[in-house]
Amino acid sequence: MAMSRIRGAFAVPRKGETFELRSGLVSQYAYERKESIQKTIMAMTLGKDVSSLFPDVLKNIATSDLEQKKLVYLYLMNYAKSHPDLCILAVNTFVQDSEDPNPLIRALAIRTMGCIRVDKMVDYMEEPLRKTLRDESPYVRKTAAICVAKLFDLNPAMCLENGFLEMLQEMIGDPNPMVVANSVTALSEIYHAAPETQALKVTTNTLRKLLMALNECTEWGRVTILTTLAEYKTTEVTESEHICERVAPQFQHANPSVVLAAVKVVFLHMRNVKPELASNYLKKMAPPLVTLVSSAPEVQYVALRNIDLLLQKQPDILNKELRVFFCKYNDPPYVKFQKLEIMVRIANDRNVDQLLAELKEYALEVDMDFVRRAVRAIGQVAIKIESASEKCVNTLLDLINTKVNYVVQEAIVVIKDIFRKYPGYEGIIPTLCKCIDELDEPNARAALIWIVGQYAEKISNAGDILAGFVDGFNEEFSQTQLQILTAVVKLFLKRPEKAQGLVQKVLQAATAENDNPDVRDRAYVYWRLLSNTSNPGATKDIVLSEKPPIVTTIHSLPPALLEQLLTELSTLASVYHKPPEQFVGQGRFGADAVQRAAIEEQIQNARENPLAAAAAAAAVTGSAPPAQSQNNVENLLDIDFDGTAPASAQKEPSGGMSGLEGLAGTPVRVESPAAGAPAGSNNLDDLLGVFGDGGAAAPASSSGGADLMNGFAGLDLSGNGTTSPPPGGNQPKKTNEDIMSLF
Amino acid sequence: MLSGILVFNQKGENLIFRSFRSDCRPRLADIFRIQVISNPQVRSPILTLGSTTFSHVKHENIYLVAVTKSNANAALVFEFLYRLVMLGRSYFGKFDEEAVKNNFVLIYELLDEILDYGYPQNTETDTLKMYITTEGVRSAIANSATDSSRITMQATGALSWRRSDVKYRKNEAFVDVIEDVNLLMSATGTVLRADVNGQIVMRAYLSGTPECKFGLNDRLLLDGDSAGGSGGGSGSSSFGGGGVVTGNRDGTTKATRAAAGSVTLEDCQFHQCVKLGRFDADRIISFVPPDGEFELMRYRATENVNLPFKVHPIVREVGTTKVEYSVAIKANYSSKLFATNVVIRIPTPLNTAKTTERTSQGRAKYEPEHNNIVWKIARFSGGSEYVLTAEATLTSMTHQKAWSRPPLSLSFSLLMFTSSGLLVRYLKVFEKSNYSSVKWVRYMTRAGSYEIRF
Repeated sequence: MAMSRIRGAFAVPRKGETFELRSGLVSQYAYERKESIQKTIMAMTLGKDVSSLFPDVLKNIATSDLEQKKLVYLYLMNYAKSHPDLCILAVNTFVQDSEDPNPLIRALAIRTMGCIRVDKMVDYMEEPLRKTLRDESPYVRKTAAICVAKLFDLNPAMCLENGFLEMLQEMIGDPNPMVVANSVTALSEIYHAAPETQALKVTTNTLRKLLMALNECTEWGRVTILTTLAEYKTTEVTESEHICERVAPQFQHANPSVVLAAVKVVFLHMRNVKPELASNYLKKMAPPLVTLVSSAPEVQYVALRNIDLLLQKQPDILNKELRVFFCKYNDPPYVKFQKLEIMVRIANDRNVDQLLAELKEYALEVDMDFVRRAVRAIGQVAIKIESASEKCVNTLLDLINTKVNYVVQEAIVVIKDIFRKYPGYEGIIPTLCKCIDELDEPNARAALIWIVGQYAEKISNAGDILAGFVDGFNEEFSQTQLQILTAVVKLFLKRPEKAQGLVQKVLQAATAENDNPDVRDRAYVYWRLLSNTSNPGATKDIVLSEKPPIVTTIHSLPPALLEQLLTELSTLASVYHKPPEQFVGQGRFGADAVQRAAIEEQIQNARENPLAAAAAAAAVTGSAPPAQSQNNVENLLDIDFDGTAPASAQKEPSGGMSGLEGLAGTPVRVESPAAGAPAGSNNLDDLLGVFGDGGAAAPASSSGGADLMNGFAGLDLSGNGTTSPPPGGNQPKKTNEDIMSLF
Repeated sequence: MLSGILVFNQKGENLIFRSFRSDCRPRLADIFRIQVISNPQVRSPILTLGSTTFSHVKHENIYLVAVTKSNANAALVFEFLYRLVMLGRSYFGKFDEEAVKNNFVLIYELLDEILDYGYPQNTETDTLKMYITTEGVRSAIANSATDSSRITMQATGALSWRRSDVKYRKNEAFVDVIEDVNLLMSATGTVLRADVNGQIVMRAYLSGTPECKFGLNDRLLLDGDSAGGSGGGSGSSSFGGGGVVTGNRDGTTKATRAAAGSVTLEDCQFHQCVKLGRFDADRIISFVPPDGEFELMRYRATENVNLPFKVHPIVREVGTTKVEYSVAIKANYSSKLFATNVVIRIPTPLNTAKTTERTSQGRAKYEPEHNNIVWKIARFSGGSEYVLTAEATLTSMTHQKAWSRPPLSLSFSLLMFTSSGLLVRYLKVFEKSNYSSVKWVRYMTRAGSYEIRF
């Protein structure tokens, strides 16, 4: 009966539903009232506004039925904000409940009070909270501990005045492990929200208590304690050793998040201990990490992203474990892609044969994206392991022979990179040239043309091949056009007799009929070089100069970022491989605020002066001085993020990282306040703060002119080194060039 | 930490919306529906929009979503969502849209209990079931203050997983060793990957607060034993059931070892009742078990994996209209044992029109919806070998697309056999009242992902 009625609530809303609910809530029968409360909650979940029932629901708060009480409390938490005055009526019940003989009810009362975010309620919280913090039941104490964090969020001053923080700090010594864990949780939350409170200070004494509680509390409590231990900076070697020793057994816990948290603690504290001991811990760490790979796919994904980080720091910890990363047929794509990356990272000359066989297998599957990545991985292996390069090239040739269109194209792109590391595979060029007609992607076409140009002297029909491309020059993508240009010029320099007409034709097409400035500029540059008769050797020196060989094509994070991310193991930052400030919105420096300001400004900017916006964007990439922030910018722009990044980035221009792109353009905006957004200087300060260095832009802002030229003058100043920050030594000059090229 | 927990059905209707912090607003439900549920391209389980991160898992026909605004611990979030699924299953049998709709009050109650301000609290099913139940009777227990104190003591105690007043007339413990053997074999017949994921499930019906010690033929432990000599009290370890008797530690250690050899466990994971410090120090598994059924440990083994079945497929694509199969499967275990429910799934191309099969044992059937020929053998005795020959006729297609040849897969279960060679050597129970207890052990090997490429 009751079941079907509840289900009924999901049906289409009837007319006068609120009315019906209200009459139910004030019914004389207890069961009708309870049922109406349930229906009200249901309506609330469905997103209907049932706040008008507030007084009627509130009438049901004084009940001995625990279930009903919980429902009323749930309603209160949701709608207290809309009826702050009426909440006062509930205070009495809360205070009474917090002294109930039943610990479940005491805990429920204090838990709910903290969630009712109304000033009046907060005023009455002090007494009950103080009492429950000293309650005889650990269940009530652990609930009260969390409640202190809730109170701090609402009213920090009151929390500090009443000495709740000190009480919490004492509770780290509580005999009950769960109380300890929750106290640490609350303190760490307060500490991260307001570092100036020094809420969570780990001392030798608290450290001992934490380590003791670690072995006894629930799995979630363990994660909290381990996270705190990871943040703790030790001063002594023995202390680090002690922490590692006590934490390492947690590698065997059944809960993957405990395992990862333990790995994090040991990994960070290991740096202080003796190298032999550290390598011992690394060995111990490997099997649990491997076990994580057999957990649920989502957990696996988090684990794999973290393993990726660990491998970048310690490349050899999983040397012997290649097989566990083999992709299963039904693995979700995000897991497969990550496994591929990890396999390439742990490839060495002992396991490379196995890996290649496996990669070849993947390259024959049907999921196009996965196949491409597999082919790319073969290339990465070839460049990583010299002894395997020949096998890799042979594998790639086999794949080209399958004639599957996208496999061939990807293989050619990869082979181009291999040529740049190892000369001596020219023998396969004829095979590649046979596929010319099948290539339809600009990337692949460009790669092949580059190869033809580079080895023009060895390819007898290079002229004919290139002539074909020159004929269709104007139909190509600009990326391919650039390569055609270069290749033809190279051919001309190597065998002038064959390409005289060709080079004229292509330069003509590129300068006269092309509207892409990059292509045109490059064509002009070549033209001038070629018409420079005074020093004919110079052209050769420039165009045919020796290229530095590629060292690796495996993507690695810059060391500073990697170090930062290692302290964030297992968090979202470690999954995104981005520092948390880029996607977390908290306080003034939050991503939310920055993003909003950035978008607003960009829109404003673009509307008022498109050229200035472009200039600003170009300038900041050059002038952001520390390596760190520069690569932040790169990261921000790197939206795709291996396809695993927030999909939002591609789909919702106003959300996610794409919004952050605006960051690239913002700090420099200070130079031309005329275009300044209404956001005001406060926001701009924030933006500068995010980059950690306002130095480059701030002096420029003193030039303060409204028009564009003034803005550039400001830049010039910093470019001439008067105010340029030290690491940017040669950067500002480049900036000037960038700006010049804009004209 | 977490700002809210949301549950959606497949259509994107919001079934449960519980916020734990003020920054989790109702409109977030719409955002998730639009960005994830109605968006077929999303592949990552984590999605950040602005500064709000949605982490979701899909179970049956519902989405469970955790919302956070901070740099939360992603591993913990997913593990918690899976724990929620587990709780739901143990409460409602099946955790799907129907169950959520029918029990939404209880789910709100549960969420209130297992998360406080977005931080996970006690999620032990047994403890929660003591004061949050599907029946109305709960109020009677939870409303009386003395009972509640007892419950809350347990919910927060050092032994949060066990009541102290358990009593049984007959003290028994059942140990199930269940192994999932994973195999990936290449088309040329080389084993690319073979490993075992094992779990040891225990059903303990023991009075009082028993302290248990558990021993396996784990190589590291055995090596330690032979070095240190054998010691320890004589527990009452009379293993029966299923005919396997493992000796106790005093008498027959050496004999068992010689007979069974020892196993190298790559890694073990234990239930939170196991004292991890002791295991780390001297590899002794010692614990106070929860009452009833629980998973004592999980382990992984990769060395000397005994593969129970050898499969030899020959698949020939004849022209573009026909594929010929000949699949031989041989049982690689003692003839005293037999496997049950052996199912071999043989993939067929997507454009298969009809198939003909012949088998020397069992029945084979074409399942067009899965593009499989399914060959079932109810009982497969050790040492025997069976063959299937089949032919799939293909319809011709205007656009010839290569067949991806997904691997052939196997499922089976085989009693009294462990692929890793793992054996339980002893289980000792120590309790104040010193009662004697009966222990039973059972072994089973199942197919995990047992795949053969062709």
